[in-house]
Amino acid sequence: MKVSRRDLLAGAAAAVALGKTAATQETAAPSDPSKVRGKPSRALGQRAPSEKPLRQPRGATSSGTPHQDLYGTITPADLHFERHHGGVPEIDPKTYSLLIHGMVERPMVFTLADLKRFPSVSRVHFLECSGNFGGRTGSAELTPQQVAGLTSTSEWTGVALATLFREVGVRPQAKWFLAEGQDAALLTRSVPVSKAHDDALIAYGQNGEAIRPEQGYPARLFLPGWEGNASVKWIRRIELSDHPFMTREETSKYTDPMADGTARIFSFLMDARSLITSPAYPQTISRGWIEINGIAWTGSGKIQRVDVSTDGGATWAPARLQEPVLSKAHTRFRHLWNWTGGEAAIMSRAVDETGYVQPTRPDLIASRGVSTVGYHFNPITAWLVRTDGTVVFRQESWT
Amino acid sequence: MKTSGMQRAIAVCALGVIAVAGDGGAISLAAQTRAAAPAKPLPSKPSAKEPATFGIGRPATPAEVAALDVDVGPDGAGLPPGRGTSADGAPIYAARCAACHGKTGKEGPNDVLVGRLPGDAFPFARDPKAPKTIGSYWPYATTVFDYIRRAMPPDAPRSLGDNEVYGLVAYLLFLNELIPADAVIDQTSLPKVTMPARDHFVPDTRGRPKP
Repeated sequence: MKVSRRDLLAGAAAAVALGKTAATQETAAPSDPSKVRGKPSRALGQRAPSEKPLRQPRGATSSGTPHQDLYGTITPADLHFERHHGGVPEIDPKTYSLLIHGMVERPMVFTLADLKRFPSVSRVHFLECSGNFGGRTGSAELTPQQVAGLTSTSEWTGVALATLFREVGVRPQAKWFLAEGQDAALLTRSVPVSKAHDDALIAYGQNGEAIRPEQGYPARLFLPGWEGNASVKWIRRIELSDHPFMTREETSKYTDPMADGTARIFSFLMDARSLITSPAYPQTISRGWIEINGIAWTGSGKIQRVDVSTDGGATWAPARLQEPVLSKAHTRFRHLWNWTGGEAAIMSRAVDETGYVQPTRPDLIASRGVSTVGYHFNPITAWLVRTDGTVVFRQESWT
Repeated sequence: MKTSGMQRAIAVCALGVIAVAGDGGAISLAAQTRAAAPAKPLPSKPSAKEPATFGIGRPATPAEVAALDVDVGPDGAGLPPGRGTSADGAPIYAARCAACHGKTGKEGPNDVLVGRLPGDAFPFARDPKAPKTIGSYWPYATTVFDYIRRAMPPDAPRSLGDNEVYGLVAYLLFLNELIPADAVIDQTSLPKVTMPARDHFVPDTRGRPKP
């Protein structure tokens, strides 16, 4: 999970290389664009040549969303974070199928075309890898992408899993289902059947188009508000059962050692968290009015409030929330601040509609202890504004 | 259907706060866009009732199910015929696993698989350096078979035969001092292997709301 200085430099070099390539392909903008006939229409849109937001790979198995480059709440699909355990498979949509069997009246096979014939729903939801805390690298030179890049928000379209469960006739004694992907890891997770009755989807659409390969093309399980690993991508099989299957991911990996000597298992829920995306490293700010803004989210429903502090947590003020605030979706918050040039620690704290308050680092350590992986770590973090206007991540001890 | 309805009611209770607020939000948002219309609650259920089934999809054949149904449960359900001992597994480990997991399973560079902690302690929240091995952290021995068979080795997943997987499981359990060197691992013996960490795992009890 660590991002080394070498990785950072490699990333920067890649960005520079890409910039050069783009520069050689794009002609310089005319000094007065209004005196030059513009480009003709084209079949596929592209970003403005000077805009180069990029995911930042962490090794070969994940990459983070560049939150410092984004506005609003929807993550462009090509910048949605990735996490996979056997690489991104290439799946032919014409031969794709989903098998549902086990404790059902009618074991059935659904093609992609079948899935699209069922009544569809579209919902805006965040997804977050439960290992999404990158703030323990020992470096102050961390971007929002490095601190919490493994979360993104999309509009997901698909069929309610409850609809498919009615189609196959799930038996009353079935309490869990196994979801299995078609990747090289055949990734498997056990999920309570109650989540299907609540809000689980088999999704094939993302932000209006087909789901991207990295997000599970041609179809994935989507469990709103729950840890990303359980929303099995490239889903090929669902097996209903009266007990969980105790797969490798849900036992040896995505479990949470606690300070009391136990370990939480099936800890699906993603608790409330917030992240200031501007100002943040590597920005430099000027004196005067600054709009502090960022994103907040919770797996428990809607964000109710985000508090912002500009004095290291001594005092807090409620930020403005961008309406509409959607359930289990990134919520943009904004707070005006008149920076007069002094050193400052700026922080945000999310509160969700259940009353849950984003925890402090000491709170988290008290209940969770310290661990190398640290799934479900959602601490309040701070950006330090120095007197020269530079902004860095505030390092804190996690031991 | 009765039990299913109860299940649903339980699920709704557990998430009651969310569900109620979610519906309320959707209604008020819709109401805003119809400000000119007389205030009247919108229907919360779709007017067209969904049929019990849509008749979409086709029945799965037993052969289709058998071809994909490779999972192994904690009770051993799904374990195939076959057997292996640590002596069978050792050369397979050396050839197919040691490059990533180390000569004795302790060296890495990928996941450390072998090692017990003194007194089978469970210090993982206090000591970030304590390795989460099969012997120190995995709660079920059946998971080792399931995972190796479905995903290992990563450069050639599902290239190992069932006897080879049984041999590898026996070797890894032996290295973790969970079974004797000559123990035969098969569909009867594997679910009976007791894992030291098993009783440390507890269901997530995060409740709502919190103070």
